[in-house]
Amino acid sequence: MLTVENLNKSFGNLRAIDGVGFSISENEIVSLIGSNGAGKTTLVNLLSGYIRPDSGKIHFLEEDITSASPYMRIKLGIGRSFQLVQLFEESKVLDNVRTPLFSKNGKIKSLFIPSDKYVDIKKNTLEILKVFNLSHKEDILAKELSEGDKKVLDIAMAYALRTKLLLLDEPTSGVATQDKFKVMDTIVYAIRNEKISALIIEHDMDIVAKYSDRVIVMHEGKIMVEGEPDVVMSHKDVREHILGLSENVTEN
Amino acid sequence: MNLKRFIFNKRSLIYLVVLIFLLIIPFILSPFNLILFESAITFAIVGLGFNLLLRYTGLLSFGHGAYFAAGAYAVAMVGRYVPSIYSIEFLIPIAIIASLVLSAIFGFICVRHTKIFFAILTLALSMLLFALLFKFYSVTGGSDGLYIPTPSIFGVTFKRRPEFLSGPYYYFLLVIFIICYMVMKVIVSSPFGKALQAIRDNETRAELIGIRVKRYRFYAFIISGTFAGIGGSLWTFVNGHVTPDVSHWFFSGEIVYMTLLGGFFIFEGPIIGAFVFTFLKLYAMGFTEYWMGIIGVTLILLVLLLPTGLAGGVVTIFNKLKTRKVLGGT
Repeated sequence: MLTVENLNKSFGNLRAIDGVGFSISENEIVSLIGSNGAGKTTLVNLLSGYIRPDSGKIHFLEEDITSASPYMRIKLGIGRSFQLVQLFEESKVLDNVRTPLFSKNGKIKSLFIPSDKYVDIKKNTLEILKVFNLSHKEDILAKELSEGDKKVLDIAMAYALRTKLLLLDEPTSGVATQDKFKVMDTIVYAIRNEKISALIIEHDMDIVAKYSDRVIVMHEGKIMVEGEPDVVMSHKDVREHILGLSENVTEN
Repeated sequence: MNLKRFIFNKRSLIYLVVLIFLLIIPFILSPFNLILFESAITFAIVGLGFNLLLRYTGLLSFGHGAYFAAGAYAVAMVGRYVPSIYSIEFLIPIAIIASLVLSAIFGFICVRHTKIFFAILTLALSMLLFALLFKFYSVTGGSDGLYIPTPSIFGVTFKRRPEFLSGPYYYFLLVIFIICYMVMKVIVSSPFGKALQAIRDNETRAELIGIRVKRYRFYAFIISGTFAGIGGSLWTFVNGHVTPDVSHWFFSGEIVYMTLLGGFFIFEGPIIGAFVFTFLKLYAMGFTEYWMGIIGVTLILLVLLLPTGLAGGVVTIFNKLKTRKVLGGT
């Protein structure tokens, strides 16, 4: 579905992304881990079109999207969420999801028909809210949601655009520890339910281990190792550089 | 909708009571107060348009006087140069076109900016129009302004202005106001209105879901300016005279003031603000020559005690009473 070939991006003398290549298949959830400054967010920004690579290629559904605008990529089916949620805070939860749907269905220019008259779109919105466990909160303002629900809503908005690949930048950051699994359960249920793919940047290794089909580890702009979660977690370099566990300590 | 449900709906009942009240106004108010009331209705239409920008798009315009002036001067110019078509059914569409064109030109420049830059630009452009109206004496009448003759309504002519203002014009105004109210109500609840609210809340995300932010701001600006133009044209018939003052930022400030007074968080807020402001200003002017002091003190009190305006205050009290009732019942 997504293929990245020899991607490079430098900021001055800093090589943020250095010869990165990987692919994501259909219905696959891939986690992207790495220490701070490893280049994870830069990679997601390259994939969503916010910054352009110095060299390399990005293909999505057989199409070269290396120089496509963020808007074009959204149209093709790449959605993203942000580390800091980007909601329509003063609007109702319902409208946060319904407005992307109006846009997707080409109804956003409609001036003289009340939104509620679009019964199909409202029904679709309610279905999405149900998938994301927000159906009973449709009438409250987005700003009044808990941090966990805000994260979920942020992803529901990207999902509403009928995304085929979701890029999730730290979906559980800022969420209370006890709520992290609840939030991820909801997100992953929606992803699996709709049979879409996801690339998730995550720091919590328990979450990575539980929800990923595959893990890509980045270190200093390069891919250090990739593979199934248990294989990656037990890799010597990952334990030392990413998890901060020296072999001696674990032996003890 | 089920007719029975519609009739017994609380909101419909409020609308009905307000409508009956509005219909009997000419029989209750003195001729002087009726003229004031008519003036307030025209400002209420301006307020409806102004709030599309402020409340729903998040843009504070300090130059709405310009579009008000466009509507008002369009009427005056027709009266001066093409008196043969000086009938209200022609004048209103001409005023709409004039204010629409002006707001499209000014809006094209302004919507590229937001916040204070947007406010200053709208102010500067309205002052540009003020200077033009003020200096272009031969066409606009300069500081003397232009006289507004009494128009005919659908072929019915009036010999004296009081006869025109005492009833026929009031009901005409009421019909236009109700149409404007309904149109704006639909616009803010339409997908287009939701797009504006999305832009107001989060420009980045709005762009990400495929909304062309500047283009939608531009559309909102034009609609808002056109409403101001309609208000301006209707106001001229009440006032009988128009001067460049309506394009001065001082007048634009009054539009901002009445919107804040009524409360821009609520759709009906600017309407309430327009009525309260019109009467407050006139009675303050009659009370003291330092009437601006009264307006200023009211503004300070408003910001400190009622930041959500009069309508917001009423809703807050209503909600508190409701909560108390619910808590009392358990």
